[in-house]
Amino acid sequence: MAAMKPAAFDYHAPATLAGALDLLRGEEARVLAGGQSLVPTMAFRMARPGILVDINRIPALAYAEKRDGALAIGALARHAWFETPRAGGPLGRLLAAVVRHVAHAPIRTRGTFCGSLAHADAASEWCATVLALGGRMRCASATGTREVAAEEWFQGVFTTALQPGEMLTEVRLPLLGPDWRYGFAEFSRRAGDFALAMAVAVLRVEGGVVRQARIALGGIGGTPVLAKEAALALIGAAPTDAVIATAAETAAACCDPQEDIHAPAEYRRDLVRAMTRRALRQALAA
Amino acid sequence: MNWVGRAIERFEDPALLRGEGRFTADVAIGARVVRFLRSPVAAGRITRLAPPPEMPAGALFVTAADMPEVGAIRPMLHRFSYRAVEQPVLPRDRVHFVGQPVAAIVAASAELAEDLVELATLEIADETAVADFDDALAPGAPTVHAVAPGNVVVEGFVRQEGVDAALAGAHHVETFAFRSRRQNATPLEGRGGCAGYDRATGRVRLTASTQMPHMLRTGIAELLGMPEADLQVVAPDVGGGFGQKMSLFPEYAVLVWLARRHRRDFAWIEDRNENLIASAHSRDQRHVVRAAFDAAGRILALEADILANVGAFSCYPTTCAVEPLMAFAEYPGPYKVPLYGARARGVLTHTCPMAPYRGVSRPVITFGMERLMDRAAAALGLDAAEIRRRNLVDNFPYRTATGMTLDDATYVEAMEEAVRLADIPAFRARQAAARAEGRLLGLGLSVFNERTGYGTPAFAARSMGIVPGYEVVDIAMTPQGEVEARIGASPHGQGTRTTLAQVIADRLGLAPDQVRIVHGDTDRTPYGWGTFASRNAVISGGACQAAADKLAERLKRAAAVVLQTTAEQVMLRDGHAVGPHDASIAISALAQQVHQRSDLFGEYNLAESASYDPPGTFSNACHLAVVEVDAETGGVAILRYLVVEDAGRILNPMIADGQVRGGIAQGIANALYEEIVHAPDGNILTGTLADYIPPTSAEIPAIEIHHLETISEATATGAKGLGEGGSIGAPAAVANAISDALAHLGVDIAEIPATPPRIRALIRAAEAKARA
Repeated sequence: MAAMKPAAFDYHAPATLAGALDLLRGEEARVLAGGQSLVPTMAFRMARPGILVDINRIPALAYAEKRDGALAIGALARHAWFETPRAGGPLGRLLAAVVRHVAHAPIRTRGTFCGSLAHADAASEWCATVLALGGRMRCASATGTREVAAEEWFQGVFTTALQPGEMLTEVRLPLLGPDWRYGFAEFSRRAGDFALAMAVAVLRVEGGVVRQARIALGGIGGTPVLAKEAALALIGAAPTDAVIATAAETAAACCDPQEDIHAPAEYRRDLVRAMTRRALRQALAA
Repeated sequence: MNWVGRAIERFEDPALLRGEGRFTADVAIGARVVRFLRSPVAAGRITRLAPPPEMPAGALFVTAADMPEVGAIRPMLHRFSYRAVEQPVLPRDRVHFVGQPVAAIVAASAELAEDLVELATLEIADETAVADFDDALAPGAPTVHAVAPGNVVVEGFVRQEGVDAALAGAHHVETFAFRSRRQNATPLEGRGGCAGYDRATGRVRLTASTQMPHMLRTGIAELLGMPEADLQVVAPDVGGGFGQKMSLFPEYAVLVWLARRHRRDFAWIEDRNENLIASAHSRDQRHVVRAAFDAAGRILALEADILANVGAFSCYPTTCAVEPLMAFAEYPGPYKVPLYGARARGVLTHTCPMAPYRGVSRPVITFGMERLMDRAAAALGLDAAEIRRRNLVDNFPYRTATGMTLDDATYVEAMEEAVRLADIPAFRARQAAARAEGRLLGLGLSVFNERTGYGTPAFAARSMGIVPGYEVVDIAMTPQGEVEARIGASPHGQGTRTTLAQVIADRLGLAPDQVRIVHGDTDRTPYGWGTFASRNAVISGGACQAAADKLAERLKRAAAVVLQTTAEQVMLRDGHAVGPHDASIAISALAQQVHQRSDLFGEYNLAESASYDPPGTFSNACHLAVVEVDAETGGVAILRYLVVEDAGRILNPMIADGQVRGGIAQGIANALYEEIVHAPDGNILTGTLADYIPPTSAEIPAIEIHHLETISEATATGAKGLGEGGSIGAPAAVANAISDALAHLGVDIAEIPATPPRIRALIRAAEAKARA
């Protein structure tokens, strides 16, 4: 007895990107990369793609390397690749720190970075990280390509700026110079679970003073969000415990956490405070 | 050489580790696929039920209307207060819980069956549902079943003379009100069955993931009005049961009905969502427990008010009284309680039916007693071990206030050993140092006893219509000298083929690998009750021992002929029957001669049968947990977990430890993680493993296990049962440790699972109170 129970679909495994983009013009077409989110949702029949475009036979999409002063991550870059730094400096170390929180080892060997961004689960570590870094998403279709900034990418629950017929072919992350610091903290019920709240902090510190700061929060609502007020509380200040506490309090006060069976909103707010403080402490620890 | 007591490797494991085990889904390959159309609402009247407009060839759509001859599941309890609720195999007019099977859909493949489920029509006129006992007991609440007005389906009441006076005049009265949230046993393998039709004989062979093949056969034959002899039930490899697979479920009756009606093979393999919403739940209880103490901290009287949400129907054969009345009968546990009063009610709701789950009510009552003891200790200025020392039963046999006899055990000794191993003074120093750094450590004790290995007298006392308890073992030696023992019990992961072979091998002077334990097939085994209630090692073990002893006598008589001596002079050892002056014959040669030259022996085979029906025995343990609580997140990490366990004679220490570990993992799940959540309308919100969250190996700590061995005089082998103890002790140990970590804030755990949001809310409230 077959264990799979998805609704009927057509399956294609093109050998070229052009072939994939051509297939994506079809009705209800979806890209299959690692399949770690899509396949279970198909088994539950929450996703019912009419056409499944398997991109795993397009080797040109399998890269994560420095290109044009950024880290360019192709659509077939697996999570596990980032366990060893794929870029020099703080960026590679940040991604290596974050990836340990992405699901479990077997999932990390199949699931893809771009797949996480396209799926856009609100509790995805990569989504919050890309937002904190101000990454850019490259979307291709049979008629052309365009870029979308992280701030415009996340539109709602499992909803992105990606249009029908488009495929997220690459994510670009800015390289971070040596004066950049980072911190990541999340709280989940079990190892590898989607977090109930997370914070990613990226800061540039110069002469003992925070010059730039971006803090992204994940797992608390429909999309990851930037904690702009909390970041502002840091800029121009020497990062003392009191300043960090104020920023964390600001992040908690300004966020709009959602409630579900796992966490009342008030609890998520507590977690935002704690995770922001932990991420900042990590970033600013000597 | 003695095989009992040795940690030999399990005979079961090589096939399982190679992926060569045979589970129900393996047997189901090739059968027509059955899916169930299930109720999406908790309560309502079916107004329209129709198949998909187009049915592919070979597809079937089966409803109650197709099976008018089929009866209802109606387990009986002969108690005045019990209302005999009936569960239809498929409902004719009303649905009673979300997930209740309403129609069966058959197709050639799982995908196609799933398509047809989506295309079928089920319209239900919603009615007001009650999901919680407070709603069900409220005046004017909807009645779940007309036979039980007010929704109380069973009630127990006792109040010994003197309870009131003891409470009124006590030096201290400690009251503890708490809530245990609903759980699902969540075996790795869900339920499933494959009903194969034999056209030559007209018999049906139901392969099912069950703990009780004989009971399942009896129950289905009665429901379908078919000869029981025409049904064979086979339990192949079963991937865990934990009690969830010891009830008769409607789905199995439908499979057998389909096979007989359509003379083909039909299989249903439950998916995880079905297991979470529609198998059997447990532990949905609220208690208020109160104890009167004298100035020395001794219990004078105990009273308990017990509410159990039993769901929409009564499980067969144990009945829905199993939770409320077990709590009622066993509340005092290992403590000297001179006077006892209790009221227990089982409350019907529009939710998935309750059925036994590892420990049944004892994790809940142990939580109640052990939290109560800690709270009373704090109020009386005693430490946690001292108040227990003053109250634990230490003189055996002890007759409890509820009429049970506690046999020789080590309640005090187990606790003293745990306390010694944990070095509590050193821990208190570490705890203080950690608190100075803002880290919150806590230590919790949990002492309990576990009634195990009980036969018909104990079950008869529950007044069940069906009284389980004994086991029969048929033993035979082949002409080559191997032993086959056919047992009525039906293991589902316990390693029974190994432990019982050890018992038999010792009695016959053979090695365990010369013994085959045959189980899980009603055609090949004597009628028996199955494997549940920590009974198998004790009861099947006792029956195996008795049957092996009878076989040994046969062998000795035969050997006496060959060795020209008397049976009394023959010993069986190292594979030989040995007479005076070391004259001997290999048992294999003897077996061959008895079968092939029976003319010389006057023995016509080497087969015996024995039964065993013991009164029961109490094992006991002390669990000790050390935790760290993260005050900012409410998260709990278990830093140390140790157990001192006394389960009598240990047949196989490796298997015993595995039982303890697995039970503790489920107990930790109970304490911290797992919870079935309903919306007020009875919709279930935890239908996937993303929302119902069993802990994984990453969350379960290393567990230190220490054994005491009080050889039981109440059992033939000296063994006591230990299958459930781990799950019984862990919730209280963990909750006491969390409460200890947070005691300085005035936080006290009175609800499990103690999830991070709940702990955080308690801390937040305590902080607000401190500010005010």
